[in-house]
Amino acid sequence: MIEIKNIYKSFDGIPVLKDINLTLYEGQNNLIIGQSGSGKTVLMKCLVGLHLADSGQILYDGRNFANMTENERKNIRKEIGMLFQGSALFDSMSVEENVRFPLDIFTNMTKEEKLERTNFCLKRVDIIDKNSLFPSEISGGMKKRVAIARAISLHPKYLFCDEPNSGLDPKTSILIDQLISEITHEYNITTIINTHDMNSVLEIGDHISYIHHGELWWNGTKDEILDTDNNELNEFVYASKLTRKIKQK
Amino acid sequence: MKYINNIGAYWLLMMKVFKKPVKPDVFRKQLWVEMESLGYESIGFVVLISVFMGAVVTIQTAFQIDGPLVPNWTVGFTVRQSVILEFSPTIISLFLAGKVGSRIASEIGTMKVTEQIDALEVMGINSASHLILPKIVAFMLINPVLIIFSMFTSILGGWVAGVGSDMVSSNDYIEGIMIFFNPYDITYAMIKTVIFAFIITTVSGYYGYKTTGGALEVGRSSTNAVVYSSIVMLFFNMILTQILLT
Repeated sequence: MIEIKNIYKSFDGIPVLKDINLTLYEGQNNLIIGQSGSGKTVLMKCLVGLHLADSGQILYDGRNFANMTENERKNIRKEIGMLFQGSALFDSMSVEENVRFPLDIFTNMTKEEKLERTNFCLKRVDIIDKNSLFPSEISGGMKKRVAIARAISLHPKYLFCDEPNSGLDPKTSILIDQLISEITHEYNITTIINTHDMNSVLEIGDHISYIHHGELWWNGTKDEILDTDNNELNEFVYASKLTRKIKQK
Repeated sequence: MKYINNIGAYWLLMMKVFKKPVKPDVFRKQLWVEMESLGYESIGFVVLISVFMGAVVTIQTAFQIDGPLVPNWTVGFTVRQSVILEFSPTIISLFLAGKVGSRIASEIGTMKVTEQIDALEVMGINSASHLILPKIVAFMLINPVLIIFSMFTSILGGWVAGVGSDMVSSNDYIEGIMIFFNPYDITYAMIKTVIFAFIITTVSGYYGYKTTGGALEVGRSSTNAVVYSSIVMLFFNMILTQILLT
């Protein structure tokens, strides 16, 4: 479980996150939704330590990440897997090397053990016989799956996914969503997903938080989100013709 | 003010770079990869430039120095001194600043804008050290080898051009190459070469690492890396020459 308490973050004096308080639950898909520029990505970067929050607490199972030294943070980071918007696979490494990389750096496993774990992770995301291909040789959907395999290779307790569906067709998006959801429930991971895709919300959202102009406006489940009386959230949820039609029916 | 900020940021980055690698065997593997990409893949380029450079220096010298009072070995002697003291260590390093520097800056810059560096940081890896340190060490080891290659091929190119065009006889050229040889000249050249390798890799690494934005900024970082590493190199060339030869 991750608890976020009174997080503030600003850039050049302009506030981007204002007093965010949020709990992200273990074994659940915690979706953070909001319009582009609402502060979702900044919040996620604060959570993983790529940005330092101006004030507030980030508690990883009670351990305050914001107050830690760099070495203490490194230990928490070993428990974190992250799926980036553009996959962020290392271009100079093959699929196999990308997934094996965290194992090379952080474990003392033998070559055979590392290969076994790498193949297991790749198989788990349905990537078979593609070990020697490079990121430039595989499709966008495959890149996301390889990135998920890399993210889970060290048995993470926390999985962060920044816009996992961006740039993917609707069918592949659903497959990626389902894969993340299966992994979350299978390994009891605290998964945090940034998205503005309502399909993802309705497909896999266990716990949903809506951020608007850097503030937390709404918290709830996917069943509650369709009947909310929060105007800003309704504007976001029913922004597309498709969702408006569904509501009318 | 911008330059002072850059110098400060450069040294802060260097403090991050010169930290113990997470895993020595991963560092060693990376070192070999960099030695191959920065060094081995530059051999052809260095040889080609050096042959022509040596040939031009020979033809120019033979053309300018011609008279009954000038000893016949002067051409070979001048080519050797020019090549060892300045042309190979400085000019070839300048060419390498273009080739190696732009490669380093664009590689690291692209990794930065495609979040690959963020991915390393999230894993708890010191990305600056992981990416830049192997390049620095590899190029400091391989650049002297490239420059020695350059010295040999320049002198050989000079021999081919001088003897081939009948401007100097083979015996006179070889006598000039060997006469008044001071081994300290090689030491001086090697010291410069190692320092230039450090400048090229760290300045280029710095410009790559501070890239933000997209493809346009990667291109800009690459250009800045070549321009500033060349300027810093020439500045240090002057200082080193003053210190080491006086």
